[in-house]
Amino acid sequence: MRKPFWVAAVLIFHFFTIKAQETFPVNGVADKKSNKYTFINATIVKDPKTTIANGVLIIEDGKIIAVGSSVSVPSDAVIIDCKEKYIYPSFIDMYTDYGITYGSKQPVAGFNFNAPVQFQSNTKGAYGWNQAIKPETDAYKLFSIDDGAAKSFRDQGFGTVLTHQKDGIARGSGAVVTLANTKDNLVIIKEKASAHYSFNKGTSTQSYPTSLMGSIAVLRQTYYDARWYKNNPSSEGINISLQAWNNNQTLPQIFESDDKWNDLRAARIGDEFGFKYIIKAGGNEYQRMKDIAATNAAFILPLNFPKAQDVEDPNIARFVSLNDLKHWELAPTNPAAFEKANIPFAITASDLENNSLFFPNLLKAISLGLSEEKALTALTTTPANLLNIYDKVGSIEPGKIANFLITNGPIFKQSSSILENWIQGEKYEIHESLWNNINGKYTLSINYLSAFPNNNYVVQINNSTNAIAVTKEDTLTGNLSIHTPTISLHFFNKKTKKTAFRLTAFLTTTNLWNGTGEDSLGNKFTCSLSLITSTKKADSNKHTTKIAQPLAKITYPFGGYGFEKMPTSENLLIKNATIWTNEKDGILKNTDLLITNGKIEKVAKNISFPNAKIIDGTGKHITAGIIDEHSHIAAVSINEGAQSVTSEVRIADNLNPDDINIYRQLSGGVTSSHILHGSANTIGGQTQLIKLRWGVNDEELKFKNADPFIKFALGENVKKTSSQNNNRFPNTRMGVEAVLNDAFTRAIDYEKSLKTNPKGTRKDLELDAIAEILNKKRFITCHSYVQSEILSAIKIGEKYGFTFNTFTHVLEGYKVADLLKAHGSNVSTFSDWWAYKQEVADAIAYNAAIMHKVGLNVCINSDDAEQARRLNQEAAKTIKYGGISEEDALKMVTLNPAIALHVDNRVGSIKIGKDADIVIWSDNPLSIYAKAEKTIIDGIVYFDRERDIELRKLIATERNRLIQKMIEEKRSGSKTLIKPAEPSWQTILSCEDHEQSNGLISIDFTQNNSSSY
Amino acid sequence: MKAKLFFFALAAFVTICTFAQPNIYPAKKFKGHLYIVNGTVHVGNGTILEKTTVEINDEKIFAVSPNIPIPTDSNNVRVIDATGKQVYPGLILSSSDLGLKEIANGVKGSNDFSEIGEYNPSVRSIVAYNADSKVIGTLRANGILLANITPEGGIISGSSSVVQLDAWNWNDAAYKYENAIHLNMPSFIPKKPRWAASTIKTTAANPESIAIAKFDSIKTFFRQAKAYLSDNTHSNTNLKFEAIKGLFNGQQKLFIHANEAKQMLAAISLQKEFNFDIVFVGASESFLIADLLKQNNIAVILNQEHALPSTEDDDIDQPYKTPYILQKAGVLFALNDASDEPRYRNLSFNAGTAAAYGLTKEQALQAITLNAAQILGIADKTGSIEKGKDANLIITDGDILDMKTSNVRFAFIQGREVSLENKQTQLYKRYQYKYHIK
Repeated sequence: MRKPFWVAAVLIFHFFTIKAQETFPVNGVADKKSNKYTFINATIVKDPKTTIANGVLIIEDGKIIAVGSSVSVPSDAVIIDCKEKYIYPSFIDMYTDYGITYGSKQPVAGFNFNAPVQFQSNTKGAYGWNQAIKPETDAYKLFSIDDGAAKSFRDQGFGTVLTHQKDGIARGSGAVVTLANTKDNLVIIKEKASAHYSFNKGTSTQSYPTSLMGSIAVLRQTYYDARWYKNNPSSEGINISLQAWNNNQTLPQIFESDDKWNDLRAARIGDEFGFKYIIKAGGNEYQRMKDIAATNAAFILPLNFPKAQDVEDPNIARFVSLNDLKHWELAPTNPAAFEKANIPFAITASDLENNSLFFPNLLKAISLGLSEEKALTALTTTPANLLNIYDKVGSIEPGKIANFLITNGPIFKQSSSILENWIQGEKYEIHESLWNNINGKYTLSINYLSAFPNNNYVVQINNSTNAIAVTKEDTLTGNLSIHTPTISLHFFNKKTKKTAFRLTAFLTTTNLWNGTGEDSLGNKFTCSLSLITSTKKADSNKHTTKIAQPLAKITYPFGGYGFEKMPTSENLLIKNATIWTNEKDGILKNTDLLITNGKIEKVAKNISFPNAKIIDGTGKHITAGIIDEHSHIAAVSINEGAQSVTSEVRIADNLNPDDINIYRQLSGGVTSSHILHGSANTIGGQTQLIKLRWGVNDEELKFKNADPFIKFALGENVKKTSSQNNNRFPNTRMGVEAVLNDAFTRAIDYEKSLKTNPKGTRKDLELDAIAEILNKKRFITCHSYVQSEILSAIKIGEKYGFTFNTFTHVLEGYKVADLLKAHGSNVSTFSDWWAYKQEVADAIAYNAAIMHKVGLNVCINSDDAEQARRLNQEAAKTIKYGGISEEDALKMVTLNPAIALHVDNRVGSIKIGKDADIVIWSDNPLSIYAKAEKTIIDGIVYFDRERDIELRKLIATERNRLIQKMIEEKRSGSKTLIKPAEPSWQTILSCEDHEQSNGLISIDFTQNNSSSY
Repeated sequence: MKAKLFFFALAAFVTICTFAQPNIYPAKKFKGHLYIVNGTVHVGNGTILEKTTVEINDEKIFAVSPNIPIPTDSNNVRVIDATGKQVYPGLILSSSDLGLKEIANGVKGSNDFSEIGEYNPSVRSIVAYNADSKVIGTLRANGILLANITPEGGIISGSSSVVQLDAWNWNDAAYKYENAIHLNMPSFIPKKPRWAASTIKTTAANPESIAIAKFDSIKTFFRQAKAYLSDNTHSNTNLKFEAIKGLFNGQQKLFIHANEAKQMLAAISLQKEFNFDIVFVGASESFLIADLLKQNNIAVILNQEHALPSTEDDDIDQPYKTPYILQKAGVLFALNDASDEPRYRNLSFNAGTAAAYGLTKEQALQAITLNAAQILGIADKTGSIEKGKDANLIITDGDILDMKTSNVRFAFIQGREVSLENKQTQLYKRYQYKYHIK
């Protein structure tokens, strides 16, 4: 019985304190008020461009009635004198989940290849197929006021936020709400204001997608599905998710990308479907401003500047990369970089450890170049305009909601504070006690209740926490706390540190406080504190932390081995070298090579050419650049393993130009790499051929106009041999063949349907890619090991009228070399790997030699970021194992992969007119003692061993400077250190096949990635 | 001409053998005199002897000299003309799961390298060593004739033993029993969970204090063992303590598997407190503490030359040049090959890379021969081509460190000429036959 009573009491109390709402019955006497206030004598910053001195602001019923310098003051309003105060529009944060409830906030731990697959969505109801696509989520239906959270925003100056559920790839609509603590119904000022997306599947337990490229694929497919759904296809029935998706399209579209490259990826999806996302950035965009500007998107910037790390122990400091050290120094310049590049942006408190870091970080950004006007714009007019709510909030104008801040100085000055934050016409105190300046000299009179003599002190109050009291004998120091109208003082003897006395007083009239106290012996007294002279609150009072201008340089890529200035193509003349042409000329001694405009111009003896940079090639060997047919570097994710057919995913969607392995492999003479999807499933993703142009962006990394390929895989990995509880079809090689048969049959039927019923046929990106194979527009590189599976793949090719372009790994290729030859496949293998699983028990180091002798086009590949640096040596092993000639051995890592990849008209040999992708070696390139001295792509020197030696010194110097700076921050008492320092993890992606030697702090995402993609 | 003819004859003989028998036989004991004449002899200690003869009597090297008369009257004499060839000591794999791990993944039944539990000093690798492993033959073919078979797992994994790689069973194979006890140092670096999302923070617990606590428990174990072993009237026999008696009396070394500088710095105290003869295995960060290793006279086995640098700022060739840094500091070190995919047969190319990045070729060779023998405690018997040592040696076409030239033509273990055939050469021949190719 008792419990309902209490609940009722609480509810009643609550109703009295909130605003009346028409439909809700009142329990008691009606208490309608107009809440009319007039603020006078204020400096009113109406908007970032307009300031009114000595202004008047009138509000009523939560709205602004009038604002200006010559506004007549109404008689029925409460007047608030804002002398020496400033009034600003309250800030708007357009990236929050304020007041949103979550079903589960637990993100799903990374994809585990060995765990059973969840194929279907766990969401009950007439929703779409994927649990991470939930556009039907409406924030305004999930929203309820959370005053604790609201306060943390209000304290930082926010009055309005856009809120949404930050979960999933399509996250539904966002609502604009104020941070008032009134009634849920009244704070929502726009119920559907935005639509939200990300690459992160969040709490979805469904396996697909497991990768970044899978997230992109599912977004792309959903755009097509939603268009198709507009025609009400009967085969789909009611799909609430697609309905909602379509309904949300007219709203501002906001994409959380959280990283500079993801920004570009998101922008490209928008471009593909004809609109612009507003992009929630990651904070590292300053590293690539040119690319960011090219998106033409508006951005939402977090101020999540990294904390200093505890790097005093050199053994730990060693694992923090220069990249991370530089980012620590430069991250606060991110907003200024956006301003300089003239990119529209809003600022959010999102991604901070807690909201109280917002203002300090904002001031840091301002001290590093963000203008105050732009800061205010990014917090008011820009978000209001982006959300189409400028008619309601974002400036101080009649008719708008009465959301404004009162400060005791210009808002972005270190010494200023926000005193009050008014939201919907209600006051929220922030630093109310600073409204009146209490600094000054006071007389403190102490009158003991007993017979002690009374005492008088002169008390000097210098700021809101410290006071000094002086008598004839002693100087006391005091702690002070003010909660207007009370003041508490606690004095200590300066020498003995012991309590002298303490007191609490109430403000009686201006400048006079009366109260009671007690001294150290327990003697009680009354007291009064009265002002003698007031000291002006001056800027210089408060120590302004000086922030040193950062010295770190932006390089491309951002790590230690990047270029400050990108190298350019030049005319190069290499004299007197041994040139391995890979053509009928064979190996030419004492020959010159001329490169102009990125192409091989001439190969001859004694070339002379004006305006060419001359390189002495005496004693050097020159070869075509190495081409790695099977690589997994330079990508964010490699495997989309949740389904057996994922031809819709594209490596191209998630290239990572910052991967240090690009540079390391350049040092091994690699110029092109074929980045393959992993081998987690039978039909994997679309591959991407790249050139190792170190420092360029992801788009420029691509080998232009190369034929598109796709990865297939057979055998143990796709049947999940290592899993104890596989539930994904296939579980055997019989099933693998069935998957292939099924996929091609479906693709044929799909093509037929597209012809007979083009409008009614759902566009299927998965089948599009397979149809391209049938139409010989896309080519397969097929991970394979044992002879039975190779043979069955060949039979599938024959059945459907296409050729398996390349069998990769193909370690039992030697057993069916004649059949491979008859089918017309290329083969790409390891030199000497075996016995790392059952299907390679019969692998032999003579595989390449046998297949070569049978007449196949044989490549040697790496599939390993370390081995790729020594592919020339891997090729040399075919001399040892099978007696291949040196020239033929070298072709296995140069010309032959070029042929297999259909780019032999461009690269792979030293021939006039081909791309100048070449390597200058110190020795015979097939010798273990040979080092690549220069690696050149398109006539541009991307790797130079001499430059590398210089960079080592620069890296050491710059690391030392930044580590010293971090240590300085620790010594100066910073409490916000990351301790122990977080190693800069080295992500190494691979096929899913084998262990690699990747160093101490690598994360081998063998199977693949994480919930974040 | 003579040599060529001889090679041809030999090749024909071996071919016939192979096809006549599906198996490859371990070689019989050698009784007699073998003269390897006129070769370039790489002694293994840094010396090269041109046009030199190596005389083998039964299982031992009897003489190494340019002028050894070859008796013509005895039918117990075999001569190999090594003109233009290179003669090397048999290569030694310093730490390996060879013979314990047949198929690395997906076939649990073929694996015997990792035991359950934290302290397993009484576990002996030798008893699980499969002398019939298909991998072994591929190592012989690349000149590797001895290997230290190492158990894995837990804190103390057990004891290793050195085997020779041409045997009917482990009893035949054993070259030195239980030469070392293997300890795995706890890591001082926080480990990111393998499946973790990049957004998930690492554990809050300080990995350093966890590591130190673990290390303390290791010391406690040794202290208890020391106390136990200083008295021999036990009512309860403790096999774990009994198993490490050799550590205290100098009969055994303690091989400490550690890569991080901090792990090694911590572990040096074991040498000081217990007077153990310690060796660091792995030791990828040994380049940071080379002088300390020298000062404390600690040897190192570098597990994998062909590795990526640990950090993105490290010199791109850091693992390649680490041997040179150790050499310069005067540290005794061996190079190893722990690579699971080529399955350890690239030992000489690991050394080749070290030679490309600073070592001389003879220093690199020493790191896979004499240095390894010293570290394993078998240098009195092998590791170099010197009088009195076991006749463990190989003859190659050219530089063993360079894949281009490293073809092994002969291999001898204790004077026995061992087969260079293996599963892979047999399959090669099978398909040469199928396709009529050479």
